[in-house]
Amino acid sequence: MKQVASIISTYSADAFGVSSALFELGGMVVMHDPSGCNSTYTTHDEPRWYNMDSMIYISGLTEIDAVMGNDEKLICDITAAARDLSPRFIAIAGTPIPMMTGFDFDAVASVIEQETGIPTFGFSTNSMNSYVAGASMAFEALARRIVREPAAASSEGGPVPVNILGLTPLDFSMNGSDASMIRLLETQDFRVVSTWSMNCTLDDIARAAEAKVNLVVSYSGLATARELKRRFGTPFVVGVPIGPALQQRVIADLQQALRTGTDQIVYQDKEIAAGPDITIVGESVYSKSLAAAITTDIGRPARIICPVDTEAAVLTAADALAEDETDIIPYLQEASVVIADPLYKPIVPADKTFIPLPHEGFSGRCYEKDIPNLIDGFSAFLKGALNHGIK
Amino acid sequence: MLKRVNGREDTQGAQVKLRDASFPSPFASGLEYSSPARGSWNIVHTAMLLPGGHQIYVCAAGCLRGVILTAAEMNATDRFSTIAIREHNLIDGDMEDLIVDGVADVLARLPKKPPAVMIYTSCIHHFMGCDLPLAYKKLRERFPDTGFSECFMNPIMRKSGLTPDQLTRRQLYSFLEPRPIDPRAINIIGNDLATEEDSELVRMIRQAGYTLRDITWCKTYEEYQQMAAAALNITYNPAAIAACDVLKRRLGQEHMHLPISYNYDEITANLNRLADYLGIDHSDYAEEISRCREALAAAKAVIGDAPIAIDYTATFRPFSLARLLVDSGFNVTRIYVDSISGEDKGDFEYLQQHRPDMDVFATVHAKMRFVGRTTEGKTLAIGQKAAYFTGTDYFVNFVESGGYYGFHGICSIAALMEEAFLHEKDAERLIQMKGWGCESCL
Repeated sequence: MKQVASIISTYSADAFGVSSALFELGGMVVMHDPSGCNSTYTTHDEPRWYNMDSMIYISGLTEIDAVMGNDEKLICDITAAARDLSPRFIAIAGTPIPMMTGFDFDAVASVIEQETGIPTFGFSTNSMNSYVAGASMAFEALARRIVREPAAASSEGGPVPVNILGLTPLDFSMNGSDASMIRLLETQDFRVVSTWSMNCTLDDIARAAEAKVNLVVSYSGLATARELKRRFGTPFVVGVPIGPALQQRVIADLQQALRTGTDQIVYQDKEIAAGPDITIVGESVYSKSLAAAITTDIGRPARIICPVDTEAAVLTAADALAEDETDIIPYLQEASVVIADPLYKPIVPADKTFIPLPHEGFSGRCYEKDIPNLIDGFSAFLKGALNHGIK
Repeated sequence: MLKRVNGREDTQGAQVKLRDASFPSPFASGLEYSSPARGSWNIVHTAMLLPGGHQIYVCAAGCLRGVILTAAEMNATDRFSTIAIREHNLIDGDMEDLIVDGVADVLARLPKKPPAVMIYTSCIHHFMGCDLPLAYKKLRERFPDTGFSECFMNPIMRKSGLTPDQLTRRQLYSFLEPRPIDPRAINIIGNDLATEEDSELVRMIRQAGYTLRDITWCKTYEEYQQMAAAALNITYNPAAIAACDVLKRRLGQEHMHLPISYNYDEITANLNRLADYLGIDHSDYAEEISRCREALAAAKAVIGDAPIAIDYTATFRPFSLARLLVDSGFNVTRIYVDSISGEDKGDFEYLQQHRPDMDVFATVHAKMRFVGRTTEGKTLAIGQKAAYFTGTDYFVNFVESGGYYGFHGICSIAALMEEAFLHEKDAERLIQMKGWGCESCL
C-alpha cells in the first residue's frame, strides 16, 4: 500500500528544508508547531546545531490557540523575541495544524513585518512534503526579496562571478563538499559570490546578482536560478561536479552558458541506451550527476529513482519518481546494483549488489561520518563500489 | 568555536533569582528553543520497552522523521513502521481507512506478526475528528490474535490533558491481560530505567519474599504478561501515575506512589509505607543515613566549593536534590527548569528561604540560544542540559533519576558526582546521543 513504510526511513520535511536553507543567514525561523519539530530538525537534520548559533524556534502552538484562531499569541511572541535578538529577517514555516486551521502565513508575516520593521516571510509548508520543497521555497523567497540589483556592470576582466545554488547539509552534509566546489570553480577562473547557503551570509546572498552565471547543485536551487534569470537574466547550469570528467563538463557548461545565455544540464546527454543496470536512489540533481559520473567512468548504464520533489526537466527518460516503499521496490528489482542510503537496504533484494551512500536528508546523523565528499572523493567511492561488485 | 549571530548576552526573562521565581512557572511562555541535549527518553524509546512489540506511527512526514530516526539510531527499525499522511487524506475523508489498511499492510509485510502493536495517531486525527474507535474496532475484528493499543503523538494536546509521554506510559501496560492476582507480586511501573538492585525499595520487597517485576527487566512478552498478576503497582515517576489509575480499574491492582526524594525523612516515610504494605517492621535507617552522609562528605572533599548546576532532565526532583546538596555543604548555584513540579514545591520554597540568590534558568526560552555557555572556574553539572548550558565537561550523566532511589540512590549519586568532578567527559558527543542507556548506532 502507498504511504506505508514498513521498515525504511522517511525524508526530511519541508519545514526543515526552510530551516536548513536559512540556518546561517542571521534570520529567525519559527516553525509554527506544538512541539517536536524543533528537536527533530535540530537532532537529525541540522549538523550545525551544536556549534553554530542560529535562531531556530517553535511557536509551541496549543490546542486552545489553534481552535480559537489566536494568531495574536504567535505575533506577540515573535515580535518580542525579535526585539530581543534582532534577527536580519524572520521566517514562519508551517506544520500540519496551521494548514488545517487555514493559518494565513502571508497576512501574519505582513503584520509582524509592520510591527518590527524586519523583513518577514511566511512559508506555507505543512510537513507533508519533502525538505527539497521547503528549501526551494526559502531560497526562491530570498531571490525575490533579498537579492539587490547589481552595481553597474564592470568591464574589467578577471574571474567570472558565479553563485552556487541549492547547498544544504541535507544533501551535502558537512564533509567539505561545498569547499571542494568553491575550490574547483576558483581554479577554473571563476569567483564564487555566494553559496546558497552554507558558509554564506545574507550579505553574500544580497550580492548574488553580481554573478554572470549560476550553478544549481540540487533541485532546491532550481527555482532560485529561474528567479534570478527572470530578474537579472543570469543563465544557469544544473549539475554537481562529481568526479574529474563531470567537473570538466560543469566548467565547460558554465562557459557555454556564459557565452550563449542558454541554460545547461550537465548530464542531459547521458541518457542510457541499455536497460537499467545501476540504480541510484536519492535527490534528483545529485543522483543524476552521480549516475552520469559513473556511466562516464565505467560505461555502465545508471538511472535514478527520485523519492523527493523534482521535475521531469532535470531527469532523463529512464529515471523514475517513486515516493513510497511499495513503488520503489519494483525498480530495485530491475537493477543489478543499487546505490542508496543504508536505511534502504532492508527493501533491496538480497541478490542485488548494494552500495551504501548515506544521505543526511534520509538517515539524518546515523551514518553522517560515512557520507563521502564526492566532489573530491569520487574515485575513492568508485573504487569502494568496484570492490563491492560493480564491474 | 561558537558563531554568534549578534554577540549579545542578555538573560532577562530566561533567568531569575530563586527568591523572585514564581511557582510553578518561573518563566513566561513564548517561542521555544531546543538545546542539543538528547539523553531524555522519548515515546519511541519508552514504547520499545514492550518485549516483542511493534510501533506504527500515522503522521505527517515531518512528525514521522523524529520518531523513525529515533528507532534507527537505536537499531530497532525492524520494530517500527510508519504510515504517512498526505494532503489528499485531509480532503478525501479516508483517514480511518488509511489507518486500517495501512496497519494491515504493515502486518502483512512483517516477517513475524507481533503480539502487540502500539499505533500512534497524531494531532491531525484529533483535529479532523477521526473516528479512532471505528478504526480500532475494524483492526481488532481483522486481527483477533494481535493486540492493538491506542497511542498518541499529539503534542498539541500537551496542555489539554495527559501528555504524549504520560499516555505512552499508560498504554504501555494496556496489553496486560487479566489473570489471577498474586498477593505476593509487586510491579514497579512507568520507569524507563531499572531501579538499582541495591536500593532499599528493591531489597525490601525481595527480602520480604515478594516477587518484583519491572518492564525494564522483561525479556519476553510472556514475562511482561506476568506483570498482570501483581497485587500492587509502585511508581516513583509522576508521569506514570495515570497508568496505575487505569491498571487499578482494569486489573484491580493497588497503586502506591512513592515519589523519588533526596530528603531523609521523606525517604524514610516512603519506605515505611512500603513496609506497612509488605507486613514488615519499620526499619531504623540511621545506618543508611550515615552512609549517605559519608558518601556526600567524601564527594564534598573532592568537589569543595566548586559551583554545581542541576537540570530537570537528571531527576524528577531537581529542587529536592539541590536541597540535599545545599544542606550537605555543596555550592549549588544554578538550577535549569522550565516549570516546577508539585512534588518539588516544598523543596523549592525551602531553597527560596535558604538560598535566595541561587539562579534559576529556563531551558527552552528563546534567549537560551545565546546565553554564554561558560562558567567561571571548574563547574560540576548534574544532568546533560546543565552540562550544555554551563559548557562543562565535568558532569554526571544520567536522566530521569537514573534508577537511583532511596538512601542507596543518594550514595550512588554522591559517588557519581565525585567521579564526574575528577574525570572529564566528552559532553558534546555524549549529550547528543538520544535515549540515555539505549543502544545507539552513533
